[in-house]
Amino acid sequence: MGKKVLMKGNEAIGEAAILAGCRAYFCYPITPQTEVAEYLAKRMPEVGGVFLQGESEVAVGYMLFGAAAGGSKVFSTSSSPGISLMSEALSYIACAELPVVLVNVMRNGPGLGGILPAQADYHQATRGGGHGDYKVIVLAPATVQEAVDHMLLGFELAEKHRNPVMLVADGMIGQMMEPVELPEADTPRSPLTPGHEDWATVGARGRGQHLVKTLFLNPDAAFAHNQKLRAKYDRIEAEEVRYEEVGTDRDLDVLIVSFGTMARICKTSMATLEERGVRTGMMRPISLYPFPYARLRELAARARLVVSVELSMGQLVDDVRMGVEGKAPVRWYGKAGGLVPTPQEVVDAVTAMRRE
Amino acid sequence: MAVTVFKKPEALSSAITHYCPGCTHGIIHRLVAESLDELGLRERTVGVAPVGCAVLAYNYFNVDFQEAAHGRAPAMATGLKRTRPNLIVFTYQGDGDLASIGTGEILHAANRGEKITVVFVNNAIYGMTGGQLAPTTMPKQVTTTTPAGRDVSEVGMPMRVSELLATLRTPSYIARVAVHRPRHVVEAKRCLKKAFAYQAAGRCFTLVEFLSTCPTNWGLTPTDSLHWLERNMLDYYPLGEFKSPEEA
Amino acid sequence: MSKVTVEKDRCKGCGLCVAACPQKVLEMSQDINLKGYFFAKPVRPRHCIGCRICGVTCPDVAITVAVNGTLYHHFAY
Repeated sequence: MGKKVLMKGNEAIGEAAILAGCRAYFCYPITPQTEVAEYLAKRMPEVGGVFLQGESEVAVGYMLFGAAAGGSKVFSTSSSPGISLMSEALSYIACAELPVVLVNVMRNGPGLGGILPAQADYHQATRGGGHGDYKVIVLAPATVQEAVDHMLLGFELAEKHRNPVMLVADGMIGQMMEPVELPEADTPRSPLTPGHEDWATVGARGRGQHLVKTLFLNPDAAFAHNQKLRAKYDRIEAEEVRYEEVGTDRDLDVLIVSFGTMARICKTSMATLEERGVRTGMMRPISLYPFPYARLRELAARARLVVSVELSMGQLVDDVRMGVEGKAPVRWYGKAGGLVPTPQEVVDAVTAMRRE
Repeated sequence: MAVTVFKKPEALSSAITHYCPGCTHGIIHRLVAESLDELGLRERTVGVAPVGCAVLAYNYFNVDFQEAAHGRAPAMATGLKRTRPNLIVFTYQGDGDLASIGTGEILHAANRGEKITVVFVNNAIYGMTGGQLAPTTMPKQVTTTTPAGRDVSEVGMPMRVSELLATLRTPSYIARVAVHRPRHVVEAKRCLKKAFAYQAAGRCFTLVEFLSTCPTNWGLTPTDSLHWLERNMLDYYPLGEFKSPEEA
Repeated sequence: MSKVTVEKDRCKGCGLCVAACPQKVLEMSQDINLKGYFFAKPVRPRHCIGCRICGVTCPDVAITVAVNGTLYHHFAY
């Protein structure tokens, strides 16, 4: 049993990385996640780790590559525009099959946008963010506790699959304070990636060259590499789907699909709808990639209406439509700009949709 | 009893390079390898390759290598060196990689005093992509994107990276050398070896700028390219050690 | 006695060594190597003083220099 502490989301994320054994953090300030950097600026030196504020998110993305290719566990945090800047590096990191954990404390966009919470980086995250055929494992915590759990899970998945993992925490999770149980490890976890001896660039003593590259000029070699990545993503899609369901063990009038803090708001809306006799269930995807398409198809078969509720102008709904495969009508409700729908607004929207 | 007094260094692989005939990349690669051999650093060295003609540099060295995105090698080197300070980390970058897209990364790596060694190859042109304007291209020099010659009223004067970085207050070793004449190659090796020695001593950021030729894109024979460098680049890009960590 | 050896199939015919040699030991051959380059070769081997300038200047590490007896070091390298 770990100890229970009241923590701000951003700080909990930082502490969770330390618990996972990570001793390297490169960062750039951007609201609303700068507190992670400020927390780790003090905490990393306490545990003998590396803390460095880089000159830009562009540079930080490549610092992650350099450290990960050297066999070290490493992570960074940023927010939407900063994640855009790191996206090229993500393509390189995924191609080189390096384990890296990234946290996007999402803010409203597009462009400079604002500093309020949003979930409008859904497509960016689930479709990789950068160029080329690759995927990033995407986890969406809904509470500060989940953010901590997902950080530990994220490092595990990154190492297991040698792939970047991104936590998308909407701005609220970074900022709010909640009780958190910090898991204690029996033995301190290593700061190095397991198995790195086989491929990391640590000096060619008594062996041939270790090369971490992403250039494939020969088309056959390039295709073969892409097939290797595809096989990995097939494995990830088979093994790492995660979701939570509420009230779905029956036929439904409405199936809500929502993630992150928006899902918590929807739980209150569900209670109101249930009181009015509307059989409401919710599926909360926890892994946004791999998305729970198969389970969604099963649930949609016994739902009269599927509504995606999101803090965006309709991105999650695209994956919902793919999962539902036409078995039920699909609608979306959401707001942008950092405005967060109240439980009543969700109820009203769903009610209006049912009347169509 | 014959004694070999000059041969391929151990840190250089036996691969025949893809570089053009007379390209001074070959000389500079060998100087890096000789420095690593003579300082006994090969087995704990990691190189970071650029985007440019030297994108395949990793094929020519018997050391571990990472391949960087265009301009980002100093950032990668930072991530690696900070997490593995016992490694000798060097980047190898051309004038597009370092002085154009990578200006942010090189400036900040130097300013933070990252204890890496940067090998900067300045041949006043973009080689790999076929001869376009570089920040280091000389006034009136013809390139494919300045077909009438570099017009300094349009795109400014060439950039002198060594002088620029030497103005930073963080201690470092900054030198500019040339490789167009054997005596310059000897001096270039001395400066490069000094740079690696500073890194081995954990001292400071080190950068050696190599004035180099690009016969193919300059449209000259290899030997004429040496003369072109001598006539056109040496006055604007003076050779010397611009900064040493001993200066307090 | 000094001996310069040019590995002809590494040579790209750039001519830098021919221009650099102070003793005019090397010239470009009339024959081509595997890649079709005219390669450098020692034509006046007895003139070689083992200064290593050819090796220092060759971008393709095609040249090896060996010496017999006492070598006068022209420069530290």
